[in-house]
Amino acid sequence: MKANNTLMRADRSASLLWRRHICDKLATGLSWLGMLIVVFMLGSILWTLFKNGLAGMSVHLFTMSMAAPGQPGGLANAIVGSLIQTGLAILIGAPAGLMTGIYLAEYGTTSRMARIVRFVSDMLLSAPSILIGLFIYMMLVVPFGHFSGLSGAVALAILAMPIVVRTTEDMLRLVPVAMREAGIALGAPKWRVILFICVRAVRAGIMTGVLLAVARVAGETAPLLFTSLGNSEWSLDLGRPMASLPVAIYQYAGSAYQDWMQQAWTGALLVTLGVLIINIVVRVGTRGGRS
Amino acid sequence: MEIPARQSLPAMKKAPSHQGGQKGDPAFRLLVTATGVGVLVVLGAIIAVMVSGGWKAFSTFGPGFLVSAVWNPVTQHFGAAAPVFGTVISSALALLVAVPLAFGTAFWLTALAPPSAAAVIGMAVQLLAAVPSIIFGMWGFFVVVPVVAHYVQPAARQLLGHVPGLSALVAGAPFGTGLFTAALILAVMITPSITAVMRDVFLSMPTVLRESGYGLGATRWEVMRHVVLPWSRQGVVGGIVLGMGRAMGETMAVTFVIGDSNHIGWSLFAPANTIASLIALEFPESPAGSLKLAALMALGAILMAISFVTLWFSRWLLARGEQAAGR
Repeated sequence: MKANNTLMRADRSASLLWRRHICDKLATGLSWLGMLIVVFMLGSILWTLFKNGLAGMSVHLFTMSMAAPGQPGGLANAIVGSLIQTGLAILIGAPAGLMTGIYLAEYGTTSRMARIVRFVSDMLLSAPSILIGLFIYMMLVVPFGHFSGLSGAVALAILAMPIVVRTTEDMLRLVPVAMREAGIALGAPKWRVILFICVRAVRAGIMTGVLLAVARVAGETAPLLFTSLGNSEWSLDLGRPMASLPVAIYQYAGSAYQDWMQQAWTGALLVTLGVLIINIVVRVGTRGGRS
Repeated sequence: MEIPARQSLPAMKKAPSHQGGQKGDPAFRLLVTATGVGVLVVLGAIIAVMVSGGWKAFSTFGPGFLVSAVWNPVTQHFGAAAPVFGTVISSALALLVAVPLAFGTAFWLTALAPPSAAAVIGMAVQLLAAVPSIIFGMWGFFVVVPVVAHYVQPAARQLLGHVPGLSALVAGAPFGTGLFTAALILAVMITPSITAVMRDVFLSMPTVLRESGYGLGATRWEVMRHVVLPWSRQGVVGGIVLGMGRAMGETMAVTFVIGDSNHIGWSLFAPANTIASLIALEFPESPAGSLKLAALMALGAILMAISFVTLWFSRWLLARGEQAAGR
C-alpha cells in the first residue's frame, strides 16, 4: 500500500516535471521564433533596398537634379537639400538641447520646474512628428506666405533637440563629484566647471546624442511635407521650398514611372545606409568606450 | 626676490575674482534656465496652435465633429470619427502582433542568448528601430501588400468567410492595402522599441532574484513567468503603452499601405485612414484658411491629445516601475 502510494506520487511528480519541461521548451521555442521574425524583418527590408536600389547607383544620381520622367536626372538637389536642412536643424537643436540638458543636470536637478521640463522634453521626444510639421506650418509657413527650407530645418530642430537633452543630462550625471570639486577648488566659477570640465569630460557621450539626432531627423519625411515641401529644381535658398531626400522618395515612390521608381529605391537605399551606419558607429563606439 | 613675490600675490588674489567668473555665473544660469523654459514654451505653443487652428472646425461642427464619419470636401462637411477609428483599430491590432514578438525577443535576449549573440541581435533590433518610417512604407507597399493580397486575405476568407459573425471581418476585395496591412507594418515598427524597454526592465532586476529562482530548480520560463514578469510588470506595460503611442502617431509608413478611405466597417482588410495618414494625404489640397485645413488641424489636436495622454501614462508607469525597483 505504502509502496504503491510512493509510486503514484513519483509518477505524478514525473508527469509534473515533464509538463514543466514541455512548458519551458515551448516558451523557449516561441522566444526563438519571435527573435528570428524580428531579425528576418530587418533582413527583408535591407534585402529589398539593396535588390531594388543598387541598380540605380550612378554618378548622375549625385550630380544631376531631379527631372521629369523620361529625362535624365538625379537626386543631387535632394541630397544637398537634406544635408542643409539636417545640418541647420542640428545647429539649432543641438545647442538648445545641450543647454537644456545642462539646466536639468546642473541647475534644476530635482526642482519642480526641472521635473516638468524633463517630462515635456520626453513628450517631445515621442510626439508624432507630423504634429511638429503642422505646428511649424502654422508658425513659419502661413505668416510668410510660402514654404521654405528654413521652416523645414526648424521643424527638424524641434525633433532633434529632445534627443540631445536626454543624452546630455544622462552623461553629465556620470561626471564624478571629485572632478567638479577639483574645479571649484581651483577657483573656477560654476559655469566654467560645467562647460570646460564636465561637458568636456563627457563630450564623446554628448556627440553620441548629437549623431543619434542626425540619424533621427535625416530620415524624417512627415514634418517636411508641410514645411520645406520639396523642390524639383536646384535651390540653396533657405527662403524658398527646398528638396530633401525623404520627400523626393515619397514623391517618386508614389509615381507610375519606371525611372522615378528606380531613383526612389536608390534614394531609399542611400538614406537607410546613412542612418544605419551612423547608428552602428555610435553603438559600437559607445560599447567600446564603456568596457 | 621680494619684487616677483609681491607681483605674483595680487595676481593670485585676482584669479578667483576673475571678471568673467563673477558675472558669468548668473548669466550662464539664466541662459540655461531660459532654454529649459523654452522647451515648455514650445510645447505650449504646439498645443495653442493645434487648438486654435482647429477651432474653426470645432465651432462649425460642434461636438458632432467627433462622432461624424463624413469626410466630404465637396459639401464642406468633415467629421473625425473615421480616422479616429482607423487610428485606434490599427494601433490595437499592431499591439496584438508586436507585444508577443517583443516579449519573445526580450526573453531571448535576456535569458536564452549567449552574451555575444545577444550583443549582435540586440544591435539588429536597435537598427530596425532606426530605419526611417518612409522606408517601412515603401517596403510595406512593395513587399507586404502583395503578400497580403495574394496569400493572407484569400486564406483568411477561406478560413473565416463562411463562419457566421466572423465573415464580415474578412469581407471586401483583396486590395492588399488596408487596416490589416497597416497594423502589420506598425507592428514591425514598434516591436524594436517595446523590446528595448522590456529588455531594460528585465535586466534592471537584481540578479540574485533570478538566481534564487534557478536555485530552487525553476526552469528559465518559470523564472520569467513567476519572478521576472511580476517584478517588472509596470515597466513592461509602460513599454507597451509607449509603443502604442508611437503606432498612433506614425505617418509615412501608414500612408503608403492604409488605402486612403474614410470608412468605418467591420472588415480588417478594408482600406481606411488614420488621423496621421489623412492629414498627410489631404494637406496638399487644403489651402491656408480653408475649413478643410481647420478640420485637419482639429484632427491634429485630437491626435495630440490622444498621444500626450498615452505618453504621460507610459511615463508614469515606467517611473513607478523604476521607483519600485529602487526599493
